[in-house]
Amino acid sequence: MDEKLTPSRRAFLKGSAAVAAGSVAGAAAAEGAPDPLITERQDWASYTGIGVDEVPYGLPIHFEKNVVRRNVEWLTASPISSINFTPIHALEGTITPQGCAFERHHSGAIELSKQDYRLMINGLVDKPLVFTYEDLERMPRENHVYFCECAANTGMEWAGAQLNGAQFTHGMIHNMEYTGVPLRTLLKEAGADISADNWVYVEGADASSNGRSIPMEKALDDVLVAFKANGEALRMEHGYPVRLVVPGWEGNMWIKWVRRIEIVDRAVESREETSKYTDVYEDGTARKWTWVMDAKSVITSPSPQMPITHGTGPLVISGLAWSGHGQITRVDVSKDGGITWETARLGKQGDTKALTRFYLDTDWDGAPMLLQARAMDDTGYVQPTKEQLRETRGVNSVYHNNCIQTWYVNVEGIAENVEVS
Amino acid sequence: MSKSPNIIIPALGATAVILGVSYGYTARDYGQDRIKILETRVEQAEAAARASSQNANAASDSAADREQRNTQAKGAADLTAPAPDHGSAMGIGRVALPAEIAAWDVDVLPDGRGLPVGSGDVFTGEEVFVERCAACHGDFAEGVDNWPVLAGGFDTLADDDPVKTMGSYWPYLSTAWDYINRSMPFGEAGTLTADETYAIVAYLMYSNDMVDDDFVLSQENFTDVEMHNASGFVIDDRPETEYAAWRTEPCMENCKDEVSVTMRSVFLVATPDAGGTQSVINDATPDGLPRFTAAGPSFIPAAAEASVEDASLAPAEQDVEATDGADLAMVAAGEKLFRRCSSCHAIGDGAKNKSGPQLNGIVGRTIGSVDGFRYSNGMVAANAEGRVWDTESLDGFFENPKSYFPGTKMSFRGFTTPEDRAAVIAYLRSAGE
Repeated sequence: MDEKLTPSRRAFLKGSAAVAAGSVAGAAAAEGAPDPLITERQDWASYTGIGVDEVPYGLPIHFEKNVVRRNVEWLTASPISSINFTPIHALEGTITPQGCAFERHHSGAIELSKQDYRLMINGLVDKPLVFTYEDLERMPRENHVYFCECAANTGMEWAGAQLNGAQFTHGMIHNMEYTGVPLRTLLKEAGADISADNWVYVEGADASSNGRSIPMEKALDDVLVAFKANGEALRMEHGYPVRLVVPGWEGNMWIKWVRRIEIVDRAVESREETSKYTDVYEDGTARKWTWVMDAKSVITSPSPQMPITHGTGPLVISGLAWSGHGQITRVDVSKDGGITWETARLGKQGDTKALTRFYLDTDWDGAPMLLQARAMDDTGYVQPTKEQLRETRGVNSVYHNNCIQTWYVNVEGIAENVEVS
Repeated sequence: MSKSPNIIIPALGATAVILGVSYGYTARDYGQDRIKILETRVEQAEAAARASSQNANAASDSAADREQRNTQAKGAADLTAPAPDHGSAMGIGRVALPAEIAAWDVDVLPDGRGLPVGSGDVFTGEEVFVERCAACHGDFAEGVDNWPVLAGGFDTLADDDPVKTMGSYWPYLSTAWDYINRSMPFGEAGTLTADETYAIVAYLMYSNDMVDDDFVLSQENFTDVEMHNASGFVIDDRPETEYAAWRTEPCMENCKDEVSVTMRSVFLVATPDAGGTQSVINDATPDGLPRFTAAGPSFIPAAAEASVEDASLAPAEQDVEATDGADLAMVAAGEKLFRRCSSCHAIGDGAKNKSGPQLNGIVGRTIGSVDGFRYSNGMVAANAEGRVWDTESLDGFFENPKSYFPGTKMSFRGFTTPEDRAAVIAYLRSAGE
């Protein structure tokens, strides 16, 4: 073990201890002497707060400063070409605020203004066109909530339980309401040859000019050229001013700062669809064009970053489920590592290809648990175990790991990422 | 009257609380008039609860109405619709000019379409590579640190950690040319000439034992190249290999006989306030964890005791961090505390007197010296004596304003702790400069 890391390990352990101690102190105050937070006039009940416009664009209150995206430095060579993780453990509901939605850049997030933005459509079209940002605003647009999941989400877990936290095992995902123009509208505008054998190649304006080939059927179906998320402009790190939204399909295809759409008679076979985002199986052969993100779920609380601090009694088990094939229809939860399952309550009927919140309202007796969640979608697909995935794919894949995740919860309520038999 | 007239429970709860209070006062033999007042209040609360109950009934009626209206609406036309298809082009956008298309449409297809005229040899490629690429990828394309390895890895694809290089894995040569041309070098994308790109690709082919050192790559011979793993890919077959088997009714009970933990998290991940993460190897093993059956865990482990050593070392680390940003942190803390003052006092550019004097330059300023502010007698006297606001006098005043300057107009009760006072003074010093 690296000696340099020792103090942080201690800080980490101390952090967990502090959480437990805090809850004990709170309970003591309630049972014994009157709570000074109630009996004594507090500053905030006496002095005035800050006025309007103090923070023209509001940020979360500083008490929430721990709820941020985080990267794991040693995973990649440089933060310019890297990934960070959404703090899904600390979020509720389904919509991901843009400011904490994970980032993945290949050559860094760029500043591209609406004025400087151009979108070209060329190739097998009657009329190659250039659109400005304003042009896009004149076309009929739609609003849809969709999840965007990196194909590598949970990728480390192919090799067994790795990073301790839902943020790190499952945080390469976000879920936003997008406003955009259907890609098919742009294809029609240019008189594109929409033969089923043709492909739509899309490319970004950043230095990586990340490019992906999309089959025509999908391009005509639900792909959006989006310029708003959660009601406001996209954030720079998510492709401001315009990104592609490819519902249910791996995040790498959601081209940010999208600058060019080319109709081609075959897949381009770019670097991101051959060298990367292909799946090597046990015998060394690889699957390509594995675009759809299969049904998946994870319990966000309790989880390693969200220990149970209130002791025994009523416990809300909260989690997220999603499927790139359609709607989540059911989520089952197990407390004993998959021996017995209970059907969870869905927060509300999820949108298609969007996050669904689920709950199991339970009573914790203080015994250890092996918590698991298992999602089903409207195709009847049941989220597989790690074992099932390894049987068909081996362990050499990086991408598309949608296995059932296990948290071991000990008697103190502390949860840990584990793998089970 | 309850503030939640549509909900009956809070109003009834309030009644119960008041009844309880009433009983308590009676038992302690309070005066008859007090009991009367309380009884009156209980009656009022009960009346309020009755009213709330009626309102709640009314609300549920209207909820039923709403449901009915919704049901009716479902039979009516659905006004949501996808973005309309205009049938023909709307005439938005302008025609892309040939020069514009030439500038952006540079992708290269596997069959060589898109390749510009040009050529490059292995030796030139090595020179360009060492100069432009080796900082990350190494002189021999072996990869530096976490940067990608570009050569070797043959016959590793079936291993546990396959080495996926252009030679061992990539199915098309066009991918390399296209990617290097469009996206490399990292941080200087698009600065290579066509000949340089041909040369780099030739060098990478050589590094991967695909050609000899006298090889020259050009648009002429580009599509003659055979890639080692060209036939190594199949198109997504999950529908046959997985979906068909996994679209079943899942097991709900007795799905396994026994479950045990086989592996614990390799890395504990600390999440510091400053952001990012610190990964620490987890020494814990699955030994000693309970096994699970349908009857529950095999045993209940005892709660671990906190390590004294761990607790004692942690504060030292915090001290180091605190020293680094101590002054800034203090000013920031003071700024927050100053919010309690800001309804009466302004500080900073253009600060004017409010119900208290403006505080620019307060540290070192003569007491009671701001023009146009009418000070209390004590302050006026201090001004006449030439007394100055320094750290000591501010600290004393902030601790208990009324006792430090009897008769002061400032109604503020003061900051209790020396730390808070020091922070506010630090802030005043920094903000009022």
